[in-house]
Amino acid sequence: MSDVAQQVPLVNYLVLGETPHLVAHECTSCGARFFDRRNACASCFATEFRTVDIPNEGELRAFTIVSQAGPGIKVPFVAAVVDCGGTSVRGNIINTEPDPEHVTLGMAVRLATYSMGADDNGTEAVGFGYEPA
Amino acid sequence: MSASDEIWILGINMTKFGKHPDLDTVDLGAQAIMAALADAGVTMADIGVFAAGNLLGGGGIGQQLQKQVGQTGIPVYNVSNACATGATALRTAIMAVKAGECDMGLACGVEKLAGAGLLGAGGVPRSDAKVYNPSGRYGAVAGIDGRIGTNTMPGVFAQVGMEYGHKYGGATFELFARISEKNHSHSTLNPLATYTKAMSAEQIMNDVMIAYPNTRSMCSANCDGAAAAVVVSGEKLKTLSLEQQRRAVKVSASILTSDPWQEACQILPDVNTLTKNAAKQAYEQAGVGPEDLDLVELHDCFATAELVHYDNLGLCEEGGAVDFFESGAPWRDGRLPVNVSGGLESKGHPISATGIANIWEVCQHLRNECGDRQIEGAKVGLAHVIGLGSACGIHILEKSGV
Repeated sequence: MSDVAQQVPLVNYLVLGETPHLVAHECTSCGARFFDRRNACASCFATEFRTVDIPNEGELRAFTIVSQAGPGIKVPFVAAVVDCGGTSVRGNIINTEPDPEHVTLGMAVRLATYSMGADDNGTEAVGFGYEPA
Repeated sequence: MSASDEIWILGINMTKFGKHPDLDTVDLGAQAIMAALADAGVTMADIGVFAAGNLLGGGGIGQQLQKQVGQTGIPVYNVSNACATGATALRTAIMAVKAGECDMGLACGVEKLAGAGLLGAGGVPRSDAKVYNPSGRYGAVAGIDGRIGTNTMPGVFAQVGMEYGHKYGGATFELFARISEKNHSHSTLNPLATYTKAMSAEQIMNDVMIAYPNTRSMCSANCDGAAAAVVVSGEKLKTLSLEQQRRAVKVSASILTSDPWQEACQILPDVNTLTKNAAKQAYEQAGVGPEDLDLVELHDCFATAELVHYDNLGLCEEGGAVDFFESGAPWRDGRLPVNVSGGLESKGHPISATGIANIWEVCQHLRNECGDRQIEGAKVGLAHVIGLGSACGIHILEKSGV
């Protein structure tokens, strides 16, 4: 056993390791990308998919600063759509102040991970967001 | 009976939107139905099909309503299509009449939503497991909402408006507030609206922030309400009284679309493409263009949504929504009044009722029965709803020539 506690990603399309990054299922026929499973491609109905890496760098295409959310969700936070080399990704903007002065449309961002703490077995969950690049 | 080419609204009603603590869902829906039947000058004996929608009640609303207003054994369809539920119920009745299954149909949408709080936020606190076990479609080990974007409606639609601003520019916080100011101003003339108090853009910007740039008064108002409509075939209408023919409103287009695949639609619901598609089909079916419209009731579930739908409905040229608003066009004294009812932000948004209530508003103007807020000489109007997921309903309505 190493001293490093075991890690799990917040979601299965986040790959941890030396260079954390996102992956998607890409339709081998038309190139449409999906973060969850599909029986057939929503765009062209083909049924073959391959796993592809999503670039870590992107551009902020839309955001909102959420001040009111469901019970237990810490506010404010910035929810956003990030264009990562032509693939749209949903994620929060992190490591900056959640206000319209620090978060602006078109800003360059990059993937960043953070610890969500350990569970009862000592397993650490790792989340991701995008920080100003 | 044979398939019908023409469909008309024979009678229609919406209840007061707001708080109805003494009425349950069935009471409220029945109130709208009884008034719509009276408006049409018919009874349940004349109705050959009934479609009803309600999202937050217990289910089976159609049969419950029938028991409240008249059980005749006709086919009942319970429909559910998010915020497009009312329009979908109406279209279901229209399709049955159009197919020649019957010559008269009834549709109703009803919701008890007063005090419902933040839609999309879920009702129970998020409890993160003590042991991280991947579950769900993304193998998530903890709640995603708030960690990977937001599920709340104000936040989703805020991004929709911001995305438009990123693409075309000019969509500032203040602009969205002024769109909301317009609708809150319009509702001062609508006694059936939930809110009837004018608000300045400054007041709106200083209201409680929900999801930037949407403050509370830029969000659709949760309220109770119902609306119902009687539709009739053109052939049947000819057999009715002159007064019924004069007051009937022609359904020149009835369109329902869903969202076709777009690159980013798994990330942020695409409310644009399906609205553009529906608008194109509706204008073709009706044989009219946006320039022929005298008024529009569109789905301003948030101020950020109203902006993008100016463009989606072709009320302006592509990318020109900000200029369209700045020109004053969508104000009630402007070139093309939008949401003279007050819209969802001020009239209110009892989800399933909305898709029929907006048609009621247009009908009132076309029948010249809209009182203080009448748009003089209105002949053609468009009603639009979006249900997230997504569904878009568009109806184009025309004044009777009788």
